[in-house]
Amino acid sequence: MNEAYNTYDLRVGESHIEVHKFRGGAIAAATIVALFLQTSVPVYFPKFAVLDLPLLLTIYFGLSRRNPSTGLLLGWAIGFLQDSLSGPTVPLGLYGIAKTIVGYLASSIGARLDTEHPIARFALTVVFFGLHQFIVGVIRRMLLAQPETWFTMRMLIGAGVNAIVGVFLFMLLDRLRKN
Amino acid sequence: MVAIPSRHKSLVLLAGVILTQVLLLAVQIRRDSQGRLIRVWTVGAVTPFERAGASGIGGIRGAWNHYFALQNTSRENERLRRENDTLKLQLNQLQSRAAEADRLAALLNFRQAHQNVPMLGARVIGTSADTQSQTVYLDRGEREGIRRNMGVITPDGVVGKVIESYSNTSQVLLLTDKDSGVGAMLAESRIQSPVGGVGEPLLSMKYVPNDDEVNLGEHVVTSGMDRIFPRDLPVGTVSQIKAGNPFKQIRIRPAANLERLEEVIVLLSLQPLELKKDAGTPAAEAVGKSAPGQAKTEKP
Repeated sequence: MNEAYNTYDLRVGESHIEVHKFRGGAIAAATIVALFLQTSVPVYFPKFAVLDLPLLLTIYFGLSRRNPSTGLLLGWAIGFLQDSLSGPTVPLGLYGIAKTIVGYLASSIGARLDTEHPIARFALTVVFFGLHQFIVGVIRRMLLAQPETWFTMRMLIGAGVNAIVGVFLFMLLDRLRKN
Repeated sequence: MVAIPSRHKSLVLLAGVILTQVLLLAVQIRRDSQGRLIRVWTVGAVTPFERAGASGIGGIRGAWNHYFALQNTSRENERLRRENDTLKLQLNQLQSRAAEADRLAALLNFRQAHQNVPMLGARVIGTSADTQSQTVYLDRGEREGIRRNMGVITPDGVVGKVIESYSNTSQVLLLTDKDSGVGAMLAESRIQSPVGGVGEPLLSMKYVPNDDEVNLGEHVVTSGMDRIFPRDLPVGTVSQIKAGNPFKQIRIRPAANLERLEEVIVLLSLQPLELKKDAGTPAAEAVGKSAPGQAKTEKP
């Protein structure tokens, strides 16, 4: 990969989709900050727990990088760290698997569609949030033999809140891109 | 070697990564694992930020409450509000002192009743990254003597128990977690039944037969049968009762404010805590009753 180019075009048919690169350490720093906020802020504001910042980062970087291999590895890394911070009640791999799949699909979709518009980002975040919850539910039921509710009002609210926050967060993260 | 078409490489990678993690899950499920190195490393890397964040957020919140939040008001409103704030502050201080006196009295009573139990105050510095599990991190760990399965309380009541202990931090499973539980009994009738979490703010008391009388608002206390908590610590109050088959469906509102924990007390003892010796009391007699089950043990 030629690091001299900040961005380059991915040609799919007639459309030109820009593949974005980020400043050095930006992805790692954003991940650490997201995990820190995810574990710290709910101590003071319990309702903050409805946000899944690691998931939003997985979706954003997947959509931006537009490389399925990068997307799935990034999703795996973020999910694995989230598993590690979730303690013994959450086995390593639960969120790792879910975010691996989300990262792969996000980058695959990002390579085919222009996902820069806020409405597209909102819709994709809702879909990926639902998919993420579904995968976690399947793993909990099938592999961990834990009773898991497929749908709750909290999930619906969570999807909406995460999508709204995601739109603004993604605009903020856009600033980390190389010009 | 069979060459993999480049367009399929990412799919192969996806399958490989997922398969690896599924195997990892399988290994964990099969074993009753101790704390893993990745957890130790990750917690060790993140908790310094959480410590800094805890003090930073406190400073920011203080600055906001004492300066910025008072901006954009007229002088008259400012004067009236300050006067009002002063009165509120005095009232809050009085209420706070009264509440503090109650808490200290409860703590003093507890310490007098269990003088042989060493205790340690700790501050909550973080929560679980998993939105569904109810755990918190404390700023004290193995160096201060905290070990797994030690009980954690506040002066208001039971909080949970330690499930992991690192060098400088420890992780506590709250009563509201689905995998949590404590040996408990109704304070008045002395009916025993374990109380556990269901992943919601209210707890569940599962093994009380329909024939037994339970009243709304009745206090629930620890039975001491789980060998973690001493007897008669507040667990909560009965807030819902429904008939079930064959047991009542009883929901308990926790005595401790588990949604806004800031400081807790860790019971520094792994030995079964001794029950009171006055065997003639109703509580002691209630302990002798057969309970349908003991406190649940959480999955590792």
